[in-house]
Amino acid sequence: MRAFATLLERLLYTTGRNAKLLLLADYFARRPDPERGFALAAMAGALDFPGAKPAILRALVATRVDPVLFELSYDFVGDLAETIALIWPAPVQGAPPDLAAIVSALRTTPKSEVPALIGTWLDDSDVATRIALIKLITGGLRVGASLRLAKLALAQQFSVDIDAIEEIWHGLTPPYQPLFDWLERRAPRPEPGATPMFRPPMLAHPLELSDQARLNWAEYRAEWKWDGIRVQLAATPSGRRLYSRGADDISASFPEIIAAMDFHAVLDGELLVIRDGVVAPFADLQQRLNRKTIAARHRAAYPVAVRLYDMLFEGAEDVRAFAFDERRARLERWYHATKPALMDLSPQISFRTEADLVALRDTARRDGIEGLMLKAGASPYVGGRPKGLWWKWKRDPLSLDCVLMYAQRGHGKRSSFYSDYTFGVWTADRRLVPVGKAYSGYTDAELSFLDRWIRAHTVASYGPVREVEPGIVFEIGFDAAQRSSRHKSGIALRFPRILRLRPDKPAAEADTLEAALALLG
Amino acid sequence: MAPHPSTWLQPRPEGLFCLPGGFFIDPTRAVERAVITHGHADHARPGHAHVLATAETLAIMRVRMPEGKAGAQQQNVAPGETIRVNEVAIRLVPAGHVLGSCQIILEYQGSRAVISGDYKRQPDPTCAPFEPIKCDVFVTEATFGLPIFHHPDASLEIARLLASVSLFAHRAHLIGAYGLGKTQRLIALLRQAGYDAPIFLHGALVKLCALYEEFGVALGDLRPATVADKAALRGAIVLAPPSAISDRWARRLDDPVIAAASGWMMVRQRAKASGVELPLVISDHADWQAILHSIAETEAPEIWVTHGAEAALIHQLDLLGLRGRALRLIGYGDDGEAP
Ligand SMILES: [Zn+2]
Ligand SMILES: [Zn+2]
Repeated sequence: MRAFATLLERLLYTTGRNAKLLLLADYFARRPDPERGFALAAMAGALDFPGAKPAILRALVATRVDPVLFELSYDFVGDLAETIALIWPAPVQGAPPDLAAIVSALRTTPKSEVPALIGTWLDDSDVATRIALIKLITGGLRVGASLRLAKLALAQQFSVDIDAIEEIWHGLTPPYQPLFDWLERRAPRPEPGATPMFRPPMLAHPLELSDQARLNWAEYRAEWKWDGIRVQLAATPSGRRLYSRGADDISASFPEIIAAMDFHAVLDGELLVIRDGVVAPFADLQQRLNRKTIAARHRAAYPVAVRLYDMLFEGAEDVRAFAFDERRARLERWYHATKPALMDLSPQISFRTEADLVALRDTARRDGIEGLMLKAGASPYVGGRPKGLWWKWKRDPLSLDCVLMYAQRGHGKRSSFYSDYTFGVWTADRRLVPVGKAYSGYTDAELSFLDRWIRAHTVASYGPVREVEPGIVFEIGFDAAQRSSRHKSGIALRFPRILRLRPDKPAAEADTLEAALALLG
Repeated sequence: MAPHPSTWLQPRPEGLFCLPGGFFIDPTRAVERAVITHGHADHARPGHAHVLATAETLAIMRVRMPEGKAGAQQQNVAPGETIRVNEVAIRLVPAGHVLGSCQIILEYQGSRAVISGDYKRQPDPTCAPFEPIKCDVFVTEATFGLPIFHHPDASLEIARLLASVSLFAHRAHLIGAYGLGKTQRLIALLRQAGYDAPIFLHGALVKLCALYEEFGVALGDLRPATVADKAALRGAIVLAPPSAISDRWARRLDDPVIAAASGWMMVRQRAKASGVELPLVISDHADWQAILHSIAETEAPEIWVTHGAEAALIHQLDLLGLRGRALRLIGYGDDGEAP
């Protein structure tokens, strides 16, 4: 357990991405099976111990520490695991079991005996190991970027392609023995075909003016850019899955889509709330997100459907190497033959010149449309963000996707909520710099979600201000962007407001300072 | 019956005031008469008419303040010596915080109050150790007054630093350390651990190191980092004020390991937020256990808490059956270890 704790501790204090990759690669190269597999699972958030929730740890610490002192300490530290680790009174006695033994003990110990077991482990651990233990137990190791980084480290250490890992990832379970057997050349690569697994989706670049000038328009096909959630529908004879583009399995939130996936294919499309053929605003779709159970009433009020625009597999056949035009033709043929419920095709927009599209894009202000997509007719389906093949051309230039950086409690009826937000964008060297503050533009349900999220993801507190890890993306609308010497970013937004939350968007993909500076009026 | 200290020792906007003596302890603005515990800027302010302190504290004030601002009249008092002002007996006893730091023992009509100033209980080769004094009221600092703070033995942290120095032998280790006390203690601890290579200093640290040496604290081979060339600094230990480790000044170093020595380094997210790669938990303040231990040693039935996390300490005193009182004096705690 100490090796894993040391890894986490060093990752915490290491700033460079390459240095982090080295630490991870070194860990995976040196540590035995199944320990390293469980470490990977912890970073993936793939370990769930029903008997060990944060509430149990709080109850456990209450048996050893005065509750007032604990609350004052928690307020100061801001992180539950670290507070418990620091305040735990026992001096270090022995050494806790190794990671694999801990996982197995948590899985087999009766629920009622779990707290006492955790107590003895904490007695036997130093502070860093206690933090790692608590985060392991409560699932707090799942940090957005770290799983992808861990996979990259594996790819580098064992000289395989990261996509080759991504392709088989969703078919694997902890401690991923077949993965490590393959990485160390003891066994062939696990078969990706059997279970419906996630394929890395193809992403678009924002189309800038400079790109626009260079584009050979005849080579591109145009579609609407739908304002929903990008999804991957994976259906094989052995199962059905609905994935977000961040590889989250969101099947449980959309049972009617799963029910409609009565076919064998992997498809790419946009999940939307559609009523009588009309796409509803994004806020309606949000009513369906992040829910574990879906009441029938809720399903009826927010009817979802998928607008399909690409095909990755037809039956068992991988069609990603074919050109976009060929895949589109296959998708259309397949669609008319299969007639799947709750799905339609995203239409292609015919155009002759750039001017046709410019006009369309500027007038397209209906709900549900964000702008235009341009896709090279000859391009294969390439996971990731290949340059120059797909472009997104957003309609409203005066909005930015910003990352929540700091939160502060509000006033009046909001005084118990973290309701005042400072958000930022990424600099070229991948640091966040603040560009503005907003106090409005969210629903009460969103406010309470944000409040809980902020409390659980605070990295530092400065008096009433909490700094959070980069994890929440807001689409911020504003009237103008102005130069400002008072802001570190050099830019200030006029009348910024939250247009919406972007739960589908990883923080790393929020807008850059460069993009913000391009909007200076 | 002896008068309760609250009848003759009172918090005022300027600081704690001794009525029968007519002087303030560590006043935060310029006053007629001041008794000063130690030379940190939040305790020793410029512009008092009359200052009473140890010779070391007075010397530190002269080095740090503009000409004539370190007290128009300076009166030095040796630790242990008793001075009478009106009916009040004043005695200074080492606090173990920095060079010259002392607790202030006041006796008036048979009632005794001890004002700790800042203090610690870990050994420090650069200053005399804290001496517990029995009293009726103990006025304690509580900078680290939360049970999450337990400062490890400083020699263990120095060992971690030296391990990192030998692991990253080609990189400079740039350590953020407060100029008065922490810097000299770090150097002395490194020398104790057998590190005798030159140690490089940011310009702001030079004068106080020289002053420590004048008072007999040997610090070994010290050199200005400002004139050293990049190559000479590779693999070396460089000390700078905490504010300098993240600014332009640090650019003279080639890919340094950024470290900081402070009690706050205990809290990981805080260390990380300050951009530190190698946090060293070395503090010149008492940690939670040391505060409680010191309180017990004074046998005082009543404790006044001046600066820091007073709520937790007062709650703990209540659990222990002692009377606790928050003085809420404004203006302390910015001696480089403030949050
Ligand atoms: Zn001090
Ligand atoms: Zn102080």
